[in-house]
Amino acid sequence: MTQTTSTRPHPDEDNMNDHANAAKQSDAIQTTPLFALHQALGGKMVPFAGYHMPVQYPDGILKEHLHTREQAGLFDVSHMGQVVIKGAGLAQALEKLIPVDLESLNINQQTYAVLTNKDGGILDDLIVTRWAEDTFFLVVNAACKEQDLSHLLTHLHGFEFEYLNGQGLMALQGPAATHVMEQLSPEANKLTFMNGCHTQISGKRCYVTRSGYTGEDGFEISVDGHDAEALAKTLLSFDAVEPIGLGARDSLRLEAGLCLYGHDMDTKTTPIEASLLWSISQSRRPEGAKAGGFLGAERIFQQINDGVSTKRVGFEIEGRAPIREGAEIVNETGAVIGKITSGGFGPTLNQPVAMGYVPKAFATVGTKLSAMVRGKARPITVCKMPFVPQRYFRG
Amino acid sequence: MSNIKFTKEHEWLNIEGDIVTVGVTDFAQSQLGDVVFIELPEVGETYEEGDEGAVIESVKAAGEIEIPVSGEIVAVNEALSDDPELVNREPMSGGWFFKVKIAAELDASKYLDETAYKALIAEE
Repeated sequence: MTQTTSTRPHPDEDNMNDHANAAKQSDAIQTTPLFALHQALGGKMVPFAGYHMPVQYPDGILKEHLHTREQAGLFDVSHMGQVVIKGAGLAQALEKLIPVDLESLNINQQTYAVLTNKDGGILDDLIVTRWAEDTFFLVVNAACKEQDLSHLLTHLHGFEFEYLNGQGLMALQGPAATHVMEQLSPEANKLTFMNGCHTQISGKRCYVTRSGYTGEDGFEISVDGHDAEALAKTLLSFDAVEPIGLGARDSLRLEAGLCLYGHDMDTKTTPIEASLLWSISQSRRPEGAKAGGFLGAERIFQQINDGVSTKRVGFEIEGRAPIREGAEIVNETGAVIGKITSGGFGPTLNQPVAMGYVPKAFATVGTKLSAMVRGKARPITVCKMPFVPQRYFRG
Repeated sequence: MSNIKFTKEHEWLNIEGDIVTVGVTDFAQSQLGDVVFIELPEVGETYEEGDEGAVIESVKAAGEIEIPVSGEIVAVNEALSDDPELVNREPMSGGWFFKVKIAAELDASKYLDETAYKALIAEE
């Protein structure tokens, strides 16, 4: 048997983009504060974005995925970058780099956002949380963190930066997450989607947000690296909670229609092409009160007004064979019109799902196309995303 | 008399006279993880050794099964279409892929015996 393609959390696949290369150059592969725990739990460790990460545990991706949708999964995401920035006027300053109305964020409210470059391309996607009037907490992709930091430092002057090196970050995701949090921090359990609070869990100080990357209700917990293992063990002590690896993290986010940076978007794609217009605040759009004023606004506004030539869409797939990243998309005449950027088997749906870019003329829901897999054209149909309904807790 | 041999590509061959049954090893299925789809060759087709015979897709990876010996496909395991995870549960028995009627005398020395195969996977 010859292995031809594999899913993203694979040793060879952290060199997919420039950012990953930057991270890769930084010498030895690092470990997260939960490395020993992953090994003790039987995690199959692979290098990912410069870190030894568990791609799966003994249960395997399929069971881990389904367990998260049915009960609750615990994910180590400590490889991601956590940065705290402080200083008077920070919200306004950050708005030059992020097309979001940060000034109107409440304290402890957070938002999904993209960091744009001068051409309107996406440098990274991130979660920005307002910790205080002039303090923001950023969570950025592991493979991008060095580049993001240098980008922020280049454009933001006179602010205090604290990169939380060695800080733990874990996600508790799934319908049972709220029952677990009720026991550990009733205060955190009152949070609604995209809000956070400083709290204590079993005596460990942490910052909890109601957020995640699975489409499920759940929490992300930022905690001192020294407390991370104890906290993870506390969470795993609940019957409903199982450890979940990167493999299921990828299939869960794919079913939720969420982008993976470096695959579904990169420096060459704009948020409009990536179907992420929703991540740009109304007030920062062409007719808004604070229109523009961020890197790449010209090109992004032109695309908002005139439309885009290509666009990210979801695909329903006939049959059970997954269509994976890189597969060419062809129209009825057999001409190559686009590419799959993420694809795999969706365990919740028990069928394959994929997303990719096609010209706008082919981006309408219901459009029938084909994807080439091992030389054969397989029928695919443009469909709405998410593939699995999101179940965020909005109160 | 049956005789089990292995390839370096983690396939097993059960040689019974001129019929060779082909599947993937327990090591291969454990590396692939949950199998979700299998594409089998057509019964009656003739293949050369090394041709692509089957495709195996798991949640995390896709793999190709080479035809390990030239000949005609005389049977495929239809059960795998409805229950591809049979490969995970019974890789060496119920999860077989196809049977080849060999065209010429088999040179068994080209394949690994169980001891040699175990040594190979111990290195991986």
